[in-house]
Amino acid sequence: MDVDCEVSAAAAAAVTNGLGGGEQAAAAPVSADQLDVEAYAAQYSGRTRVARLLFIAERCGVEAIQLEALRMAHDEARAREDTVLYLDAVLKINSRLGPRYRHDQAWVDSVNRRAEQRKEKLETELNGYRTNLIKESIRMGYNDIGDFFYAHGHLSEAFKSYIRTRDYCTTSKHIVQMCMHVILVSIELGQFAHVTNYVSKAEQTPDTLDAVIVAKLRAAAGLANLETKKYKLAARKFLETGPELGSNYSEVIAPQDVAVYGALCALASFDRSELKSKVIDNINFRNFLELVPEVRELVNDFYASRYGSCLEHLEKLKPNLLLDIHLREHLGTLYNDIRHKAIIQYTLPFISVDLNTMASAFKSSVSMLEKELAALITENKIQARIDSHNKILYARHADQRNATFQRALQTGNEFERDIKAMLLRANLIKHDFNQKNWPGQRKMNL
Amino acid sequence: MESVEALVAHIQGLSGSADELAQLHGLLKQADGDALRAHSAGLLPFLSHLHPGAHSLGYLYLLDSFVSSSANLRAHAGGDLLVTVADFLTSCSADQIRMAPDKFLNVCRVLKNEVMQLNAPIRGIAPLRAAVRKIQTSSEQLTPLHAEYLMLCLLAKQYKAGLSVLEDDIFEVDQPKDLFLYCYYGAMIYIGLKKFRKALELLHNAVTAPMSSLNAITVEAYKKYVLVSLIQSGQVPSFPKYTSSTAQRNLKNHTQIYVDLSTCYGTGSYSDLETFIQSNAEAFQTDNNFGLVKQVLSSMYKRNIQRLTQTYLTLSLEDIASSVQLNTPKEAEMHVLRMIEDGEIHATINQKDGMVSFNEDPEQYKSSEMVEHIDSSIQRLMALSKKLTSIDQNISCDHAFLMKVQSGRERARFDYDDFDSVPHKYF
Repeated sequence: MDVDCEVSAAAAAAVTNGLGGGEQAAAAPVSADQLDVEAYAAQYSGRTRVARLLFIAERCGVEAIQLEALRMAHDEARAREDTVLYLDAVLKINSRLGPRYRHDQAWVDSVNRRAEQRKEKLETELNGYRTNLIKESIRMGYNDIGDFFYAHGHLSEAFKSYIRTRDYCTTSKHIVQMCMHVILVSIELGQFAHVTNYVSKAEQTPDTLDAVIVAKLRAAAGLANLETKKYKLAARKFLETGPELGSNYSEVIAPQDVAVYGALCALASFDRSELKSKVIDNINFRNFLELVPEVRELVNDFYASRYGSCLEHLEKLKPNLLLDIHLREHLGTLYNDIRHKAIIQYTLPFISVDLNTMASAFKSSVSMLEKELAALITENKIQARIDSHNKILYARHADQRNATFQRALQTGNEFERDIKAMLLRANLIKHDFNQKNWPGQRKMNL
Repeated sequence: MESVEALVAHIQGLSGSADELAQLHGLLKQADGDALRAHSAGLLPFLSHLHPGAHSLGYLYLLDSFVSSSANLRAHAGGDLLVTVADFLTSCSADQIRMAPDKFLNVCRVLKNEVMQLNAPIRGIAPLRAAVRKIQTSSEQLTPLHAEYLMLCLLAKQYKAGLSVLEDDIFEVDQPKDLFLYCYYGAMIYIGLKKFRKALELLHNAVTAPMSSLNAITVEAYKKYVLVSLIQSGQVPSFPKYTSSTAQRNLKNHTQIYVDLSTCYGTGSYSDLETFIQSNAEAFQTDNNFGLVKQVLSSMYKRNIQRLTQTYLTLSLEDIASSVQLNTPKEAEMHVLRMIEDGEIHATINQKDGMVSFNEDPEQYKSSEMVEHIDSSIQRLMALSKKLTSIDQNISCDHAFLMKVQSGRERARFDYDDFDSVPHKYF
C-alpha cells in the first residue's frame, strides 16, 4: 500500500528554513515529502526493521505516515514474538488504529511463558554441555542462548552470552562468527566502541575472509565511525565497502544507506583531490551511488562547483534523511560542514568576490552570507577581508616580512622576560627561600 | 664606657681609611647598647660636630640610638629631625654605612614612619631613593628599602619617581617578604602608569615564586594578576609548571570571585559582565580593585573591536555597534575614535557614509629607529645569554651539585669511559 503524502505547508516551510543549516530540535517532528514506508522497510530485516519503523513514527510529523509505520512495526514485532518491541509499538499506537492493534496482554503473557520455557531448556542444555566439557557444544549452547535473547529483545544478556563464546572458539571461522554477532548487538545497543573493537578483531584473523564478510565489517566500521563523529574515517570505510555487500547485511544497513552516508561524510570532510580519487573515480562505490541517483548528482555538482544546485539537492534529501536512525543527530553538522566547504572552495580562486553574485550562487541573502563569511574568517578558514560598504570580499595575503619582524621582536621579548624570571627564581631557591625563615632571621648578607 | 664626647672624638679621628674604620666599628659596637642609649636624648647636638659624608659610620650609630627611642621622636616631631635624617641619607658614604646595615635600615624606617605620620609622604621620596642606591651592592639586588620606597611613591602618587628604581632588573633577593612587597607595589605603580605588560611581569613573579605556605600578599597579587591579564590579553594564563604547589592548589580558593569574573569575561558578553560586576561591587571595593575592574569592563569593547579589524576592511558604524553590543552608532564612533588615538587600531572614520575603514599596520620595519630598536634588543639579549651561561657554569662547578650528580651515578659504577682503551693484558 503506497502512502502518498501531500506536500503540506509545514513541509515547504521546513525545506526553505533548512537553508540556514541550523540544527532542528531533536524532538521536533519532521514532515516527509514522499516517504514510501513499505519500500523503505523492505530494505531491512530483523530487529532493525522494527526499530527503524518506530523511529520514523516518532519523528515524522505526518499522521498518516506515522500510523502506517506503527502498523507495520506492530505486525512485524508480533510476527517475531519480540515482546519488548511489541509493547513499545502498542504504546505509541495508543488505540488509534482500531481493535486489532490494542494491547494484547494475553498474547504477551503467552509469549513470555513460552520464552521462559525455552530459556530454561536452553540453560539446562548448556549446563549439560558444560559438565561434559565439549568446547564445540558449549560454544553452540552459548550462541543459541545469545540468539534467543536477541530475538526477544534482551540485548545486554545477548551481548554477554556472545562474549562468553569467545573462550570456546577454536577456528577463525568461529571467531568471525562471534565477532559478527557481537557487532550486531553492539550496534543495536549503541555501544560503538565495541563495534570498532570487534571489527578489528575480526579483520585480524589469520584466514582470508569471505568478501561479503569483509564488506559487512567495513560497513559496520563506517557506521561506528559515523556515530562517534569521525566523519573522515567513516567516509573512508564506507568508500572501501565492496559491492558484494548487496543486501546481505540488511539486518544492519542497506546499500543505499552506504551510498548516502559515504557520500555525505566524504563531502563534509574530504578535500578536492580525495573527493575525486576516492568517490567520483571509485568504480566500486559507483555501484552504490547508482542506487541513489540524487546523491550522485549532488557529488558531481559539488565537484563541478555548481553549488546552488548541490545545496538544493541536499535540501530535498534532508527531510527523508532526518528519519534515518543513524544519520539524524549528525545531519546538522554534516550539512553545515558541506556548506562551509562550498563557500571556502568558491572563494579560493579569486582575489576579490562580489558578495551579490556569491549570494545568488548560494541562493541566500547578502547579509546572511556576510555573517557566515565573517564567522569563517574568524576561524581562519578563509584568508580574506570583507569590505562591508561595497559588499566585496577581498583576499588577503599576510605580509610575510612584517609578520616575521613582529614575531622576532615578540620572541625576543618573551625570551628576555622568561630568562629574567628564571634567574630570579633560581636565586630565590639558592638562598633557600623558605618562609619558615622569616621574619625571624634577618640576615643581610651584604 | 667612654663618654659621648670621647666617642665623637674617635669618630672624627678614625674615619680615614678602611683599617681605621674597622677599628672604629669595633669601638662603636662596644659603645653601643646602654651607654649610648642612656645619653640618647642628648645626642642631637653632637651630631652637628660630625660630618655625615665623612663620618657616616659614627653618625649612623649616634643617629640610630637617638631615633630608637620613641620619646625622642615625639619630642622632636617634625621639624629639624626630618631634615637631619634626610640630609644624612643623601650625603652619607656608601662603604661606611654598609658596615652596619641593620642600623641604616632602622633609620630609614623611622624616616618613613615620620613622614607618613606627617601625611607628607612626598618628603621622604628623595632621601629614600638615595638610600636605596647606597645600600645596594649591585643594581641587581633587592633590599627591604625597595618595598618601603615604592610604598611611599604610591602614597604620594609619584609614580614616575618609582620608575627609576623599578627599571633595574632584580636578580638577587635575600628575604621573601621583600620580594613580594616589591613586586606588589611595583606592579601597582606600573598599573597607575598603565604599563600593563610590565605590571604583569612583576605580578607573575610574585605569583610563581617558590613558597611553602600561602601569604596574604600573594593572594592580593593574584587578584590583580587576573585583572591585569584580562585587560592585557583577554584571558588568564594557567599556572606554569614552575609555580609552587601551594600556590596552585590554594590561590584559586581565596580568589573565587575573580576566577568567576574571568570566566564571565570569556563569554564575550558586555551586559553579562556588567551585571556580574554590579552584583559583586562591594567585594571589589573592599579589595580596592574597583578601578581596575572598570578598566577590565572597558577593555572588553576594545577586544571586540580589535577582532573586527581582522575580519573587515570597511564596516558601517551601525554594524560595529550591533556586533560589539553597544547601544548607538555614536557610541561606537566614540570608542573607535579613542582607540585610534591610543594607537590600538589603525583606521579611518568616514563620517559622511558612517563607515570605518580598517587599515593595515603602517609599520614597515624599514626606518632607522626600528633598526636601532632591533639592534639594542639583540645586544640586550646577548648580554642576558652570556649571563645565563656564566651562571650555568658556576652551578656546574658547584660542590653540592657535583655531589648530587655523583650520587645519581653511583649505580652505574663503571662508566664505559672508565675502562682503558687498551686491554690490560698488554701492560
